[in-house]
Amino acid sequence: MLLKLVFKNIFRHRLRSLLTIAGLVIAILAFGILQTVVDAWFAGADMASAQRLITRNATSLVFPLPAYYRERIRAIDGVTKVAISNWFGGIYKDQSVGNFFAQFAIDDNYFDLYPEFRVKPEQMAAWKADRRGALVGRLLADQFGWKVGDVVPLKGAIYPGDWEFVVRGIYEPKDETTVTRQFYFHWDYLNEALKLKFPRRAEQAGVFIVGIADGSRAAELSQAIDREFRNSLAETLTETEKAFQLGFVAQMEAIVTAIRIVSFVVIVIIFAVVANTMAMTARERLSEYATLKALGFGPAFVAGLIVGESVMMTALGGALGILLTFPTAAAFKAMVGTLFPVFNVSRDTVTLQVACAVAVGLLAGLLPSIRASRVKIVEGLRYIG
Amino acid sequence: MKIPLAYVVRNLWARKLTTLLTAGGMALVVFVFTAVLMLDAGLRRTLVSTGSWDNAILLRQASQTEIQSAIYRDQASLLDTLPHVARGADGAPLVSKETLVLIAIAKKGGDKPANVVVRGMPQAGLALRPQVRLIDGRFFRPGSSEIVVGRSVADGFEGTGIGERLRFAGRAWTVVGIFDGGKSGFDSEVWGDVDQMMQAFRRTLYSSALVRLEEAADFQAFADAVGADPRLVLDVKREPAFYEEQSRQLSQFITILGIVLSLIFSIGATIGAAITMYAAVANRTAEIGTLRALGFRRSSILAAFLVESMALALVGGAAGLLLASGLQAFTITTMNWQSFSQLAFGFDLTPRIVLSAIAFALGMGLLGGFLPSLRAARLEIVDALRAA
Repeated sequence: MLLKLVFKNIFRHRLRSLLTIAGLVIAILAFGILQTVVDAWFAGADMASAQRLITRNATSLVFPLPAYYRERIRAIDGVTKVAISNWFGGIYKDQSVGNFFAQFAIDDNYFDLYPEFRVKPEQMAAWKADRRGALVGRLLADQFGWKVGDVVPLKGAIYPGDWEFVVRGIYEPKDETTVTRQFYFHWDYLNEALKLKFPRRAEQAGVFIVGIADGSRAAELSQAIDREFRNSLAETLTETEKAFQLGFVAQMEAIVTAIRIVSFVVIVIIFAVVANTMAMTARERLSEYATLKALGFGPAFVAGLIVGESVMMTALGGALGILLTFPTAAAFKAMVGTLFPVFNVSRDTVTLQVACAVAVGLLAGLLPSIRASRVKIVEGLRYIG
Repeated sequence: MKIPLAYVVRNLWARKLTTLLTAGGMALVVFVFTAVLMLDAGLRRTLVSTGSWDNAILLRQASQTEIQSAIYRDQASLLDTLPHVARGADGAPLVSKETLVLIAIAKKGGDKPANVVVRGMPQAGLALRPQVRLIDGRFFRPGSSEIVVGRSVADGFEGTGIGERLRFAGRAWTVVGIFDGGKSGFDSEVWGDVDQMMQAFRRTLYSSALVRLEEAADFQAFADAVGADPRLVLDVKREPAFYEEQSRQLSQFITILGIVLSLIFSIGATIGAAITMYAAVANRTAEIGTLRALGFRRSSILAAFLVESMALALVGGAAGLLLASGLQAFTITTMNWQSFSQLAFGFDLTPRIVLSAIAFALGMGLLGGFLPSLRAARLEIVDALRAA
């Protein structure tokens, strides 16, 4: 009975309900996309493994470490593998955002530390055999249409000069949280070239990726590594890969916070719209509610009628909005693919969307329903909208 | 004949809750819209005021930032002899050869460190940046392990008060002063003596050089002189142009994100206005019939409802603007991708932004009110009167 009335009521003001639901769809959609943008920011941290530590110069990331630290770190008990990774920062074609991608000079055993990057054994062998060889991610290769054997020219910004690399392999992601937008080449190649051109800058590592056997010993091993180099010319700072990645996000915290706040502002905006619709509806039907009461229905029934209609509307709008989030996210990803390599709508986002829709529906119906349930029969019947 | 404005305004007043909710929704949209424009304006002003028009900055060819750049000592000493370089009161050329590094300092209220620019400069560096004023303490003495910090650094980072010591490059550096960079990017930097810095960081190269020109118009002649010397493999830029480039990506990002958000939100608020106005028309059908019977034209009815909708939007817009103007008290510190360091900038409310925000609000009101007003204007007198 209640449900039937609620349903009929929605369609009495078809245009108004339609407009309200349209507004809801847009708001829930925008909320979902914004939450996904925030998630995308943390993608690097989500992919981080508990069994990898990152050792960098304690002063800041722009200072290198001596390459011979590699052997001393490897000698520490509990460390399984160590690989150098240097940020190259070369320019492909021009400086536009669309042509930007991360390039790293790495040790040959780097991929042993990253099992989530899948490379065909023959491609890996071909890469190891070619001094100028490069391994590129699937996403990157697709974006620029690179195939195995293609030559990629980069203009060095940190390491001056024109550099040329040959794509020897394309690595595939293990699952959808894996970022495959990096460009890897031999640290040895970079180092040889530096020895000739800038001998002072050779034999240096940007960071060390340290593989450990037991993830639960991460804190203890980080301290052990840092202790090894205390009071040396280049003191180190070792942290888990996750902490390292979160450090990057923290540097841009203000922007992430702003997006978070704004995503809730849109919910408040739509709350105002739905609350307005319900307030108008309830005011117009005040005499009806009085009639219902005169027929013997209690205040709870009247209140249920209004809140039910409000929730029904937000449920409809919310459901549509959530359904639309997936294709929109896919389109958004295609548009800005370079900026956010991982852009997936998470389950948490959908849960939040549902929660927001229901909360807006309940709250928006609350105020008018209190007023309607309290209305005196005589006053209500006399009332003209 | 026109319908008096008082009638329009009283209609809004009659239904307070509805007016409040609709205007509230619009206020939030205008708030977001204005906040983004203010942020972008603040960022631009910060970076434009970081440079002086009669200064030229020199970097190694093809390096985009001061961090990537390197200038050899012999190149640097050649700069003193170039034409069009201004001279100070003591006759020494106004050339500041500087070294730039990034260090990680913990942000206040969080244990995560963020990158801060440390700039080593000679005494001439101060003369080249007239917008920088000392607000507390004194400047560093040449040849000492003393540093001065920008206002944003002092406000936002741990251990940067006067008398405190910052540890980096194997030394303890004493903070002896806090300077105000006039809302420029320098507010986010730490300054010390260039020779001490280079020794501590074991550097033999300068990062960049800043040169005061005799006249701002001499820039081209100076750039040609640099280009003509094969020993100087350096890029020359005007200082403001250089800083503008440094923030282009961040500025673009803020603008695009903000405009897209405002557009999406404005659809929601416009729908809200449309719902309110449709209801207003439906409730007042008899009134409209009476007005028409009294001799008011269809166009007057249309205008009255449009004005009502726009008045509603104006109230919302004004509230949103008021809310946003409160943001001027806040400063945002975030990482500039290009320079890889923290940059503090504020919200800047310019007259242009006020006008855009008002126009934006009125646009929403006009769009949301148009269809309902049209419906009101189209009503036949007889039908409308009968509806009552």
